[in-house]
Amino acid sequence: MEFDLLINAIIAGLMLGGFYAAVTAGISISFGMLDIVNIAHPGFIILGSYIAYIVNAHFGVDPIVIAIVALPAFYALGSLIYQVYYQSFEKHGQDSLRGLAFFFGLLFVTEVSLNLIFGVDYRSVDVPYIGGSVSIGAMEFPVRMLVPCLVSLVMFGGLILFMSRTFIGRAVMAVSQDPPALQLMAVDPIRIKRIAFSISIATASMAGAFLIIIQPVIPSAGREYIGRVFAICVLGGLGSLPGTLIAALMIGVIESITSTFYGPSWSPAVSFGLLLLTLAVRPSGLFGR
Amino acid sequence: MRTPAFILILTAVAAALYFAFNLVGNDYLFFAGYTVLQYIVLATAWNILGGYCGYVNFGSAGFFAIGVYTTVFLYAIGQSIEEIFPEFLVAPMQAIFPLPVPVLIVIAGAVAGFIGLGMGYLTLRLRGVFFAIATLAFTVVLETFIVNWSFVGGSRGAYIIVPNEVPMFGHLIQFLFALMLILVIVALTTARLIERSKLGVGFATIRDDELAAEASGVPTLRLKLVATVVSGALMGMAGAPFPYYIGYVEPGSAFNLSYAVNSIAMPMIGGTTSWVGPLVGALLLGTLQQVATVTISSAVNLLIVGLLLIFFVIIAPRGIVGLIQDSWRGRSKS
Repeated sequence: MEFDLLINAIIAGLMLGGFYAAVTAGISISFGMLDIVNIAHPGFIILGSYIAYIVNAHFGVDPIVIAIVALPAFYALGSLIYQVYYQSFEKHGQDSLRGLAFFFGLLFVTEVSLNLIFGVDYRSVDVPYIGGSVSIGAMEFPVRMLVPCLVSLVMFGGLILFMSRTFIGRAVMAVSQDPPALQLMAVDPIRIKRIAFSISIATASMAGAFLIIIQPVIPSAGREYIGRVFAICVLGGLGSLPGTLIAALMIGVIESITSTFYGPSWSPAVSFGLLLLTLAVRPSGLFGR
Repeated sequence: MRTPAFILILTAVAAALYFAFNLVGNDYLFFAGYTVLQYIVLATAWNILGGYCGYVNFGSAGFFAIGVYTTVFLYAIGQSIEEIFPEFLVAPMQAIFPLPVPVLIVIAGAVAGFIGLGMGYLTLRLRGVFFAIATLAFTVVLETFIVNWSFVGGSRGAYIIVPNEVPMFGHLIQFLFALMLILVIVALTTARLIERSKLGVGFATIRDDELAAEASGVPTLRLKLVATVVSGALMGMAGAPFPYYIGYVEPGSAFNLSYAVNSIAMPMIGGTTSWVGPLVGALLLGTLQQVATVTISSAVNLLIVGLLLIFFVIIAPRGIVGLIQDSWRGRSKS
């Protein structure tokens, strides 16, 4: 019995981890590769959740389809934010303090605006597969978790392929290492960074849809993901997408086991504790350069 | 101006303020004023690490809550002396508890400073960005512990039974207001002292170029630890009287994100390079929020703070103080 519980906790954790991978993908690009500490990212994820909620409530469309349709809008939002960030901060050299305050303000404004528009009630979507589950032997796979996890893994795989195979993807990897060298190759580093940042914000659209499938959402839900995504990002090693994926799965499993055996109120502390531990012991992460 | 004169002037202003409020005789004024003063302490404390050293602390709410829960913890001990202490200690303990609020403030400052030291030691060796993220994480870890710790009320929260009247001060809120005024004096004097000492110069070198400072023999880690401890201790001290102010504490109110946002926004808007900035920012934003909470709604006032923060960070990086300095300089040139 105890063993069944453990197996199911691990499976639930792996599915949770798949979802965390989607949540962290954006941070892994913006923070890990571009050195832009976008702590507002979870705010954009919640924005994605609410967009999925509105469209779903009115037209009954599947949240994942909505998220895919909304991708260009999020991409444009990302371009806009990067433009402002570049013009006001990055251009003038390193002033990370103000950049951080800028994103902190964005996070806060997003949350409070959603609060004002939708109130503080929990919102959820209506999808036929939310209640169902697939079971193999003693193992249970709730579809509510399985679908976001699988789509997330596909998206993450796509991102890894994009970054390693396409010209722009490789340029993004290069811009994180040596922008002047990129200029010598006749590539505009600012353009590359803008594209990469826009992609990172676009992933928030998908992650938002996954989130609202998995659980009901309130405007302040983004906050509990801040520490978690940075924990995953740092644990996996900055700038390493495969590392991020592995770290996301690890944290998912550890959190799931903690909440199964010690109660769910302890699970937030797990990832944060791990983050502090990683920062203290090995700041370059598991797969960091 | 020498420091004793500075303290004297601050005390005079504080006393004048206290008696002016007393003359008006409206309790609400004290309640609103207390909040503004609390923000002055928080903003000044944040600025010691954030403005002088350039290390962003998102965990102001955490340090504030350490102060709050130190009070709650000591209050809870005072409530159950018979169960906790062996028999021969019961009588002396009953004489000591409940501890007076000024003592609570000092203990809270020590606890928060000590926790600041531990956290700083773990994370300050890294780049500033990691420190900022770690402070965010730190707040959540702390909140999780408090939520699961039933002795201080857990997620249910804890009631503090407060005395209605305090000798010499009259109503309790007047006493708390006076205490907060003293804390403001302590915070501003500390900030000003640091600014003008060798310590402040060391902090500035860290902010401007940590690598160069390190290479020139500035003990950067030790200086950063000093800043974290002082800043954390002041935030904890600001939190200690809070349970008496509000009467009922739950994790959601003690760890409220608005403390973190305000203690960043106020120095950023006022100006981060001197002690005047946080004071100006806190007075402006704090008063604005009190007015907006009464006239519009508390959600709208938070939105205003967020938008102002973004606006000032982009348009006026040196805050209101910087704007005024620029206009003076412009006038003297022409």
